[in-house]
Amino acid sequence: MALQDKDRIFTNLYGTQHWGLEAARKRGNWDGTGAIIAKGRDWIIEEVKQSGLRGRGGAGFPTGLKWSFMPKSNPDGRPSYLVVNSDESEPGTCKDRDILRHDPHTLIEGCLIAAVAMNASAGYIYVRGEYYNEHLVLQAAIDEAYEAGLLGKNAAGSGYDFDLYVHRGAGAYICGEETALIESLEGKKGMPRLKPPFPAAVGLYGCPTTVNNVETIAVVPTILRRGGAWFSGFGRAKNSGTKIFCIQGHVNKPCNVEEEMSIPLRELIERHAGGVRGGWDNLLCVIPGGSSTPLLPKHVCDDVLMDFDALREHKSGLGTAGVIVMDKSTDLIRAIARLSKFYKHESCGQCTPCREGMGWVSRMMDRMVEGRAEIDEIDLLEDVTKRIEGHTICALADGGVWPVQGLIRHFRPMMEERIAEYKRKHAARVFPMAAE
Amino acid sequence: MSDVKLIKVTVDGEEVEVPLGATALQAAEQAGKEIPRFCYHERLSIAGNCRMCLVEVEKAPKPVASCAFPVMDGMKIITDSPVVRNARRGVMEFLLINHPLDCPICDQGGECDLQDQAMAYGGDHSRYHEHKRSVTDKYLGPLIKTIMTRCIQCTRCVRFATEIAGVPELGAVGRGEALEITTYVEKALSTELSGNLIDICPVGALTSRPYAYMYRPWELAKTDSVDVLDATGTNIRVDSRGPDVIRILPRVHEEVNEEWMADRGRFSFDALKKRRLDRPWVRQDGKLRPVSWPEAFAAIAARLKGVSGDRIGAVAGGLADAESMVALKDLMAALGSANLDCREDGAALDGSERAFYLFNSTIAGIDHADAVLLIGGNPRVEAPVLNARIRRRAMARVPVGVIGAEANLTYPATQLGDGPDALRGVLEGAFGDVLRNAKRPLILLSRAALARPDGAAVLAATWALVRSLDAVTAEWNGFNLLHTQGGQVAALDLGFLPGQGGKDLGAMLGGGVDVLWLLGADGFDASLIAPGTFVIYQGHHGDRAAGRADVILPGATYLEKDGTYVSTEGRVQRGRRAVFPPGEAREDWRILRAASELLGHALPYDDLFAIRARLAEVNPVFSRVDEVPQPAAVSAAPAGEAAATGSAAFAPGITNYWQADVFGRASDVMAECARAQAPSPAMAAE
Repeated sequence: MALQDKDRIFTNLYGTQHWGLEAARKRGNWDGTGAIIAKGRDWIIEEVKQSGLRGRGGAGFPTGLKWSFMPKSNPDGRPSYLVVNSDESEPGTCKDRDILRHDPHTLIEGCLIAAVAMNASAGYIYVRGEYYNEHLVLQAAIDEAYEAGLLGKNAAGSGYDFDLYVHRGAGAYICGEETALIESLEGKKGMPRLKPPFPAAVGLYGCPTTVNNVETIAVVPTILRRGGAWFSGFGRAKNSGTKIFCIQGHVNKPCNVEEEMSIPLRELIERHAGGVRGGWDNLLCVIPGGSSTPLLPKHVCDDVLMDFDALREHKSGLGTAGVIVMDKSTDLIRAIARLSKFYKHESCGQCTPCREGMGWVSRMMDRMVEGRAEIDEIDLLEDVTKRIEGHTICALADGGVWPVQGLIRHFRPMMEERIAEYKRKHAARVFPMAAE
Repeated sequence: MSDVKLIKVTVDGEEVEVPLGATALQAAEQAGKEIPRFCYHERLSIAGNCRMCLVEVEKAPKPVASCAFPVMDGMKIITDSPVVRNARRGVMEFLLINHPLDCPICDQGGECDLQDQAMAYGGDHSRYHEHKRSVTDKYLGPLIKTIMTRCIQCTRCVRFATEIAGVPELGAVGRGEALEITTYVEKALSTELSGNLIDICPVGALTSRPYAYMYRPWELAKTDSVDVLDATGTNIRVDSRGPDVIRILPRVHEEVNEEWMADRGRFSFDALKKRRLDRPWVRQDGKLRPVSWPEAFAAIAARLKGVSGDRIGAVAGGLADAESMVALKDLMAALGSANLDCREDGAALDGSERAFYLFNSTIAGIDHADAVLLIGGNPRVEAPVLNARIRRRAMARVPVGVIGAEANLTYPATQLGDGPDALRGVLEGAFGDVLRNAKRPLILLSRAALARPDGAAVLAATWALVRSLDAVTAEWNGFNLLHTQGGQVAALDLGFLPGQGGKDLGAMLGGGVDVLWLLGADGFDASLIAPGTFVIYQGHHGDRAAGRADVILPGATYLEKDGTYVSTEGRVQRGRRAVFPPGEAREDWRILRAASELLGHALPYDDLFAIRARLAEVNPVFSRVDEVPQPAAVSAAPAGEAAATGSAAFAPGITNYWQADVFGRASDVMAECARAQAPSPAMAAE
């Protein structure tokens, strides 16, 4: 059963209506915000916990729990901050973009409510540098909200003071990592920080900070209006709610679509994206959650559910729900090699395994594309990825090696065949020695 | 430290108690477990980027960087498990894949962290068959040679430059594999502490330029000594081979230099081979002629015959050791002279009370100061290592005020004025409240502020200021005089000052004496010596005064003799002979001992023990090696009249750090530094 229109949170995802405040109000945004805030911080957090909302940025951490880590009061005089991660750079993901440009008021309202829940006096929306037009829309929407008294002093008539700022990044993937984002926001080089301390204790400018994804924040007002139980009614237990999926690649109708969690992957693709190019049987594999997640071969895709836990069972992940579909015409090794190159390029260079290892993996993958390698180098490649994984400050390295691990796990025969083919081609060419 | 809460953690099954807030690495070290590391340095901030120190912590999903991981009560740390070993092997392999295998020609070889740890944690062969990275070498000045392909991006150098030296001129540009350590603009690092970058670099990326391709560390004889080229009393290790000093490294002394060292002390030793006085000379018919030792002594004896004691004078230079000064003082006493002086710069030092010329708060005491006032100088060039300690306080938001010429101290400071008027009025200004509210104010008076006509008044005014802050007590003495050369405090401790009816330097120069014995005294204008004066120059370099001498007695540098020195905080330390003096040159006290015999006043000591016993007899502080005086309430005041201060602004004492003493002036390396650090000429378009 697919999600019905009445249950959609992002009713202007496709930009068919205006993004502005007036239209947004007609869609139900900013309805009774003051009353929601009046119910207080504890009620908001409790309701978000009830809804089972998990972070939509990729890691899937329970949002209500995350908010509850923020200090209740600030005895040392440090303010708390809300930071919204809109540095959406994950290849295969473009959900936040549509929220920013078509439905910005869901986000702005969510920021205010989240700020109340974590006692934050200011919020920063860190927008990916390439999202220039989106940031213009967002800024205009914020200006509108200020004018309407929805932000600033006594925001939305709630008695709460809250300021919201937009900051543009400069185009580095690593700045989507929450502590690197904080560094970048502070004007430093975007390099992830060591944890602990976590941002909830020492974050932006040394103050308690929570960093949330755009989608996570933007769904909160509707959850609170309709109740946590409504939201948790979608999807399986612990994987509840609705989610924007970005379906692309070898499908007939690539699209962004808000759907119920735990929808079968096949249904998702066939219902919303017009099916796989050349029919389901032409499917080779799917990367289910943005480029960092390991791919799923067709036999897994046949019946896998799209949620955090089901995908983890298959050693992949929901990630950002950027579904990359590849049919049998794909040179899969080349596709994964391209991802390796991306992660090599985007490594911040701070810690050793990622800085040195990503280049190694990328270069080996380049040879694997040609087949210019030995069979046992596939084992070496896998071993190298294992030595990178889990040994670094942030998760970029993990996400960078998972695609390669997924490739080796499911398509090792393809790699071996490529190597054998290369050997066949080049074995015939024996150069005579000079002395002969 | 009883207020620190101790918690129990388990390291590999062994329970240890560590203070709350300690890291897993510290806990492991306490349990005697060795944790390999590259980026971690206990005196720098934690970067946690090399990932070599990964350990397992029970319940943590991934191995954690032990250097950065705070321990909690009851935590279980595992430093030796398959996971940890695999992580270390992995990191080691990653570090080595792009590291050149040029150990045979690398100057770090033998003392390289990467080499050592590769032996312990590395594999026996490389699995990496791709192209290796190469990185363009950077220019960091005449002291540091860079081979940046060897760099493992640990960022220790960046953190040292930013945090300790206070010159944020190093950084990492680029990202991923292309990350490079560089100065953002290509220029020499503008710090006097740059040599320490060589020590903290765990690999051969930053090595010593003068030491390049000389020797392996195990080929060098190592001698523990002290640096006298500034008054900090930096503990050093002199590495030598045969007759040559090859390099000088700092030794750890927590209360003095921690593990840092200033560049002039480290790199100016090439002066040992330049412009040396390596044989006696006597002036005959207006020209200096090489002679033997007996001839030189005979010439002195001939000139001294019939000269009354009050027509003989002696001046000790700033680098002289205590042994030679006590010998010279005793010889002068035997000759009937009270004309002694050690203040080449004419500084109005008052030797009547030890507290009047010491850095009484002590160098380690800087860490406890809660307000700092710098008067009349720039500690950055007078004592760079000491200045780094002040910087640490300033960075901990301890207010620093400056009276004197404006200078870049490497830390924020409030400029309060430039002359003695500002000093006398300091309590009326806003900074007065800061000083009054401070429990341990540290007033640092640079010696240069005393080397002026109203020096005595400046000294008295400063002392009066400290007294008025109630900062001369048995707990804390806030009066601190910062000397610039390592021999001066010993001279004052020995009373190398005009005795009863004795003449000071100015009187001696202006024809007040007929015979003037200069013990390494090069710090004044030799042309001021009256034409008729017979000058005996005993020293090691043909510097300013040697050209004026009638007799030259070749002495030894601090690296070539066993000597006793007293640092600016009053710490008695022993320097040791690392190499022999060149040619005919001899240890200075032995020269004086020999001369005394030929002059008919044989001094009563024949060996080092005897002369050191004599030192302790003159002043008991010399028997307490490596101790600093306890603060004591002092009721006396220096002789000057505080109200008599002039209005002239304080002039900086040292304008050219690199060439501020005979070593710096004779050294080619220092000359190159001075050139590199000189302000660049204005561009044509400007």
